[in-house]
Amino acid sequence: MIGAGGAGLRAAVAATERGLSVGVVTKSLLGKAHTVMAEGGIAASLGNVDPEDGWQTHFKDTMKSGKFINNWRMAEIFAKEAPDRVYELEQWGALFNRTPEGKISQRPFGAHTYRRLCHVGDRTGLELIRTMQEKVLATDTKVYMETTVTRLFQNDEGRVVGALAYTRETGKFIHFKAKAVVMATGGWGRIFKVTSNSWEGTGDGVMLAYHAGAELVDMEMMQFHPTGMVWPPGVRGLLVTEGVRGEGGLLKNSEGDRYMGNYDEERMELSSRDVVARANYTEVKEGRGSPHGGVYLDITHLGYDKIIQKLPTMHEQFLKLADIDISKEPMEVFPTVHYTMGGIKIDPETAASNVPGLFAAGEVAGGLHGANRLGGNSLSDLLVFGRRAGEGAAEYVKSNGYSTDIPESAVEEEKKRMLDPLQKQGEGENPYHLQQELQEVMMEHANLMRTGDSLKEGLGKVLALKDRLPNMKASGSTLFNPGWHAVQDVNNLVTISEVILRTALERTERRGAQWRLDFDGPDDDLGRVNFIVKEDAQGEVGIEKRDIPPMPEHLRRLFDENQDMSGGEKTGKESQF
Amino acid sequence: MSDRTNITDIAEMAHAPAYNDDAANTGETRTLQIFRGDGEGGSLVPYEIELIEGMVVLDAVLKIQAEQAGDLAVRWNCKAAHCGSCSAEINGKPKLLCKSRVEEYDGQEIKVMPLQAFPVVKDLVSDVSWNYGVSAQIQPFNPGKEQAPFTMYEEDVERLYEPKKCIECFMCQDVCHVLRTHHKHPEFAGPRFFVRTQWLEMHPMDENNRLQFLKEGRGGVQYCNITKCCSEVCPVDIHITDNSIIPLKERVADEYYDPAKWLMRKIRGNRRNGSANGNGGTRASHKRAEIRTNG
Repeated sequence: MIGAGGAGLRAAVAATERGLSVGVVTKSLLGKAHTVMAEGGIAASLGNVDPEDGWQTHFKDTMKSGKFINNWRMAEIFAKEAPDRVYELEQWGALFNRTPEGKISQRPFGAHTYRRLCHVGDRTGLELIRTMQEKVLATDTKVYMETTVTRLFQNDEGRVVGALAYTRETGKFIHFKAKAVVMATGGWGRIFKVTSNSWEGTGDGVMLAYHAGAELVDMEMMQFHPTGMVWPPGVRGLLVTEGVRGEGGLLKNSEGDRYMGNYDEERMELSSRDVVARANYTEVKEGRGSPHGGVYLDITHLGYDKIIQKLPTMHEQFLKLADIDISKEPMEVFPTVHYTMGGIKIDPETAASNVPGLFAAGEVAGGLHGANRLGGNSLSDLLVFGRRAGEGAAEYVKSNGYSTDIPESAVEEEKKRMLDPLQKQGEGENPYHLQQELQEVMMEHANLMRTGDSLKEGLGKVLALKDRLPNMKASGSTLFNPGWHAVQDVNNLVTISEVILRTALERTERRGAQWRLDFDGPDDDLGRVNFIVKEDAQGEVGIEKRDIPPMPEHLRRLFDENQDMSGGEKTGKESQF
Repeated sequence: MSDRTNITDIAEMAHAPAYNDDAANTGETRTLQIFRGDGEGGSLVPYEIELIEGMVVLDAVLKIQAEQAGDLAVRWNCKAAHCGSCSAEINGKPKLLCKSRVEEYDGQEIKVMPLQAFPVVKDLVSDVSWNYGVSAQIQPFNPGKEQAPFTMYEEDVERLYEPKKCIECFMCQDVCHVLRTHHKHPEFAGPRFFVRTQWLEMHPMDENNRLQFLKEGRGGVQYCNITKCCSEVCPVDIHITDNSIIPLKERVADEYYDPAKWLMRKIRGNRRNGSANGNGGTRASHKRAEIRTNG
């Protein structure tokens, strides 16, 4: 398992339970993965608060929010299995807030029809990761902490048979021999300057898979969370949980106007994330922003006691970092890069990629969320497909017998590539500065509103940066050397950025997170396709437009006859601005 | 176009509103003394940086890393005080670097050192892997034959929320003199793991008994003489001494020093404290994960 967030740990448990020898490799310490940052809750149709809820409604909400380019089979499996994964967490010691009847409490969240998010205050991700961590610690699984994988090894048949990694502490290389690899490395928010992602979100896994020949899907779809902090500069982009709006938080502009009615009259603040993000962006862009370039998110009416009970982390975060008491004053917020809907294309049943022996789950995998992810769906995604990936990998290993040996020269070549930046003589490029330049380019050209011209300009800039990558240099030794680690990160980030810009140029429409200002609305033809990316024989980005298979009757009939299934919101002002 | 918006310049709309970074520059500079070295030794090195409004010490360290010392080692993840990665010592006190504003230290020096209760790896990074080994030795949650979903009421579980807030920054471990001064690492679990043991022991569905671990095993709760240093440094305000350690000490005292219980134990073996459906002294077997921080 590469990655020790919710998906990697759940996969490890699944594979260990099937008798496999499992190792988990993580760039950080155990329990620090980005899962810990999830605040609002985990979406599952338990129906504890709204008994009308069921998998069908969760499925429909997920497909609608994803504008119907989601993999419908993934969404179906997901909606059906999410409740069991939540109960399983409880079985393993996770504790959620309770209803008066003694059941798991569920809170409302953006674009979920019913109250569906199981939560514990605003630290649900911490509860999930700690539960999984302690579960894994009680098994035979080996955990390799602070270890970074740099390349997947494949045998002559193209099967993945292991990986090379280095330990961050000493820089010592480890050649992992593995009959199957589960990629669970999360997303790549760090290509943007303003992001809620930690340093880890550098897309290592998606690039490892891409270079091994894996197909990627929906790479143009980056989620901007509507509410990130804006001040002070050091915390810009830091997440303000959707739970604030779930608990009744109101968005207002500098004129004191509760403007969401102009964008989604029905759902207001609890509209889907893409809609609220664009609304916040537009208010600021049109001059109705706060002093630090945000909009106001006001929860003061909830009162101090309720805020401390339901949103304690937010209260502390603003008080400590921004000198704001959110029980007395509104917060200033602005969209922040949060999540990558796209990623490695997987088989919904087994989480297998097209590369034999390579599986993927969680944020690094694509397909479930389509053009826009619903809040709370990521945590249940981690568990549902983490488990399936672990089981899929176990079945694959049991039914395939082959050697994991590869020529020593391949290992040596990769070590040499990794060490090269440390051995460079003379002047070289500072990887930190290259990353900053890249982040500026992506902020400017691939933000939540896009145009063809701007994307093309951005692509030109990214390709120019790509030419400079071989010049990167790191000083110091291999001993815990972040500058050296950054070289590898930047190599990945630049290629991912190129992929995003190229696919964003292909999707010439407005759909979910992909909002092309130079096109009027959704394009029905594009609503029936995914853009699939695969490295071509020359090592260049290959893009294929691939039809989405038609939804089977038993799923199709869940939607009203009159429902617009093209994924566009053709009525209402939101789609027009 | 909606009636609210009149975007004439599409390209302009596609550009995110620019923040004025310069406005946040205070025009002042600040010097931080940062430990550079490894397990063999090292020294405090001064770095001067431009001060930015609202800056936290982690911002300053990362700025130094990007501009002056690319190989400066520091551990961090979320930068929001949720993950507990960036714990280090500022002026001798354990702190989350992401939560410590530079301006808090106006008029003082800022000396940043790695956690001292654990071996130094490099610069601001200590080897905290010992903690994960201890964690693996605590019997995990065990609801016996009960299957989730559980029926548990808010009043049954509300006291568990506090210990479950722990972000594993290990600052309580760092400041605890049993570990820091007396180096009782082999026989003392430390405050972090009393916090964990507390919620496990108080969970209404759990059937394991960890009192033997606390008293006779490597828990070593008796070493704590309740100086409350741990509670003072906890970044998520867990009242470690009052709400975790003292209740556990009381349970141990009840179990081991109550004459009636002592007699019962002699006759019937260990049982879950206060539970009629204990499992007669058997301990759930659990395997230990192997934890490695390096190859």
